[in-house]
Amino acid sequence: MSKTYNLTTPLTKEDTQKLKAGDIVLLNGTIYTARDAAHKKLVDLIEAGEELPFDLIGSIIYFVGPTPPKPGEPIGSAGPTTSYRMDSYSPTMLKNGSLGMIGKGKRNQAVKDACKEYSGIYFGATGGAGALLGKKITSAEVIAYPELGPEAVRKLTVKDFPVTVINDTFGNDLYQIGRAKYEVKD
Amino acid sequence: MREIQYQDVVTAIKNVIIHCGTILPDDAYKAIKDAHDNEKSPVAKEVLAQLLINADIAKDEKRPLCQDTGLAVFFVNVGADCRIIGGLLRDAINEGTEQGYKDAYLRASTCEPFSRANLKDTVGYNLPAIIHFDIVAGDKIEVEYAAKGGGSENVSRATVFPPAAGKAGIIEYVKQVISDAGGNPCPPLTVGVGIGGTFEKAGISSKHALFRTIGSVNKDPEMAEMEAEIKVELNKLGIGTMGMGGIETVLAVHIESNPCHIASLPVSVNVQCHSSRHAHITI
Repeated sequence: MSKTYNLTTPLTKEDTQKLKAGDIVLLNGTIYTARDAAHKKLVDLIEAGEELPFDLIGSIIYFVGPTPPKPGEPIGSAGPTTSYRMDSYSPTMLKNGSLGMIGKGKRNQAVKDACKEYSGIYFGATGGAGALLGKKITSAEVIAYPELGPEAVRKLTVKDFPVTVINDTFGNDLYQIGRAKYEVKD
Repeated sequence: MREIQYQDVVTAIKNVIIHCGTILPDDAYKAIKDAHDNEKSPVAKEVLAQLLINADIAKDEKRPLCQDTGLAVFFVNVGADCRIIGGLLRDAINEGTEQGYKDAYLRASTCEPFSRANLKDTVGYNLPAIIHFDIVAGDKIEVEYAAKGGGSENVSRATVFPPAAGKAGIIEYVKQVISDAGGNPCPPLTVGVGIGGTFEKAGISSKHALFRTIGSVNKDPEMAEMEAEIKVELNKLGIGTMGMGGIETVLAVHIESNPCHIASLPVSVNVQCHSSRHAHITI
């Protein structure tokens, strides 16, 4: 049976190890944004042993390229982008202390294995619900790579940001479980 | 010969872009509502409810429906008895696109293919628009517009079958494309299928098929039947909303079929996410 949790960042392994695929989580605190281009830069820094623009330990990375904010607002619409494009980078992020990712769509086996090995969670947010999700973000600040525009790394403060556990620390995958349940075989 | 002012085209295009960025069209809203009412998976039903709330927030607060505000895609049927005064039609469409995307705080999503440099300060804000022109009878300009997101475009596919593949081969191919895509293109989907013509004609037809009103019946009874059959097959896949499992994976299948070469059976599958932002205007 799916449970609902409230979690505050930074996450701990105690937080992530209690979650199961299908659980709903309302996130609070600070999360960081990064898409393809930013991931490449971050992983290059890790491999070169250099300092990152934020502390990875217990962090959640949100795969998002928001629309520009209207005057007086922290951010525009901000729903998840498709996650598989980050598959080649995510295991390195998890290995170095990050404990969560937010995106949409399936991940490869290497990411699922890394979630198991390093107690990471892959959360799904609702793709195409950018207006709703943008309203759950109370502050946003570009902290690295402003030249990437919508792909820059942003530090976000979120309040009750709704996500669903897709890949948990036990190797479960909600996409496989959910689809198997409703697939009709002739 | 009717004369149409360049600036009037710019304004009309700008307005349609602002409208589509923030207001989900009635056909898409109704289709998601129907899917919500019919869905058996509690998780999928909850997410479909979120999509309806999202559409309401976007409309009420003039916020973009989705952060992927798409590439601007146009099918433009230009009446042979009209002309643009003060500039080129293509330039007017691009100018209106840029103004609309900027004014509504939509995202600039065009980039150079290899350096990935954003084109907003060089070519223009979310430019160039993708424009398909045709010349038709009359003195009006018919514009069909859609904001096309990247996630669903990324899973679209095309191939050229030998004629023996027939309808069965096409249905199997569409099933494979949607099955492989899973939750990545943000289901529930509209699936555009272009059949026949040449390689590129099938592709353009599959795109154009997505502009049709969701839930409308194909004028060709044979294609209407095939659309219904494919929809049933795709919903058996169990992918569900956002891939989380469910019985509502596809809102509609739209087919456009064309005459083709005696040696070929081209087929293209263009996928549209649930945020089907499209409109039709007459200038």
